[in-house]
Amino acid sequence: MNIGWYLAVSAIVFCTGAFGVMTRRNPLVVLLCLELMLNGANLSLIAFSRMWGNGDGQILAIIVMTVAACEVCIGLGMIVAIHRRRLPIDVDELRELQG
Amino acid sequence: MSAVLFFIAAIGVIAGAIGVVTFSNPFYSVLALVGHLLSLAVLFLLLRAEFVAAAQVVVYAGAVMVLYVFVVAYVGDEEQSLDGVLSRRPRSRGADGRKLTGALFAGVLLVELLIALLGSGLKAVSGDGAPYAPGPRTFGTPAYIGNLLLTRFLLVFEASSLLLLIAAVGGVVLARRRGGLEDDEERDRLTPLDILRPRGTGTMVEGVEGLALAHARGAGDFDDNDPDAPHAGAAPTAGGASRQADGGGW
Repeated sequence: MNIGWYLAVSAIVFCTGAFGVMTRRNPLVVLLCLELMLNGANLSLIAFSRMWGNGDGQILAIIVMTVAACEVCIGLGMIVAIHRRRLPIDVDELRELQG
Repeated sequence: MSAVLFFIAAIGVIAGAIGVVTFSNPFYSVLALVGHLLSLAVLFLLLRAEFVAAAQVVVYAGAVMVLYVFVVAYVGDEEQSLDGVLSRRPRSRGADGRKLTGALFAGVLLVELLIALLGSGLKAVSGDGAPYAPGPRTFGTPAYIGNLLLTRFLLVFEASSLLLLIAAVGGVVLARRRGGLEDDEERDRLTPLDILRPRGTGTMVEGVEGLALAHARGAGDFDDNDPDAPHAGAAPTAGGASRQADGGGW
């Protein structure tokens, strides 16, 4: 398989995630779309790693997965805190950082 | 064989991604993302990244998605009703405009990425990848990744573990129960002990001291409430906080 096919798939996944981040209003789904973008980047990292026969790209992909897990942890904690305060769970309504 | 597997997995990946974006119920979005991640793990296997594929399935599709499902189950009920409220508002024109703009930007981004990735920039390297020979310590195996993580990337490894610790503490701090924010059903759990306790006590230690104080004051009106006494250790946080919340006006 040519590496270009993997890169095309990763570009499509990244752009789908970017579209979701721009259009969806629910912060849960925005976080999911952010995961999609990170996964697209991961796929291209691993494809390049295979292309060069070098493990650095795989290490970077593992670090990206770690950062994604941290981001999910904080993001879901914020969503639970917003839900506790009875605020609307909608990124258009939550425009102020002030609690 | 690998080409067939690639196309099946790629279709799964792209279909999962489109499902995440288009499903209106967040629960279905999470399920679509699980399918997407499993297909992506197959692609990683085709790229000889066995350890990353296993970590993807176990950590991402397992642990992180369970966290998502819990939060969707916790928040999702209000989410539905909120969607109903919002859809009744006259905001469909703005939503259409936003979708159109988002699609335009995503399309431009896709064209740009495809030009950058598949254009002339990659002609210098072979498209079929580096030579690969199977073996116990070869490219992509856990031994290879572990060797890299503990020698060349040790600092990155430690920094990411510190980051995970910070994120765990931050998640607990963000999602913890704060005073004055309790639900109505918890406000109903007020025990008679909360009336006897001095004002302003909130923590569990102070709650226990308040209980001792109430006992010392003389347990005249207390004896018939003795079955409530074991609750007193757990309840004061909610009771004291709710008393602060409505200003003692109940």
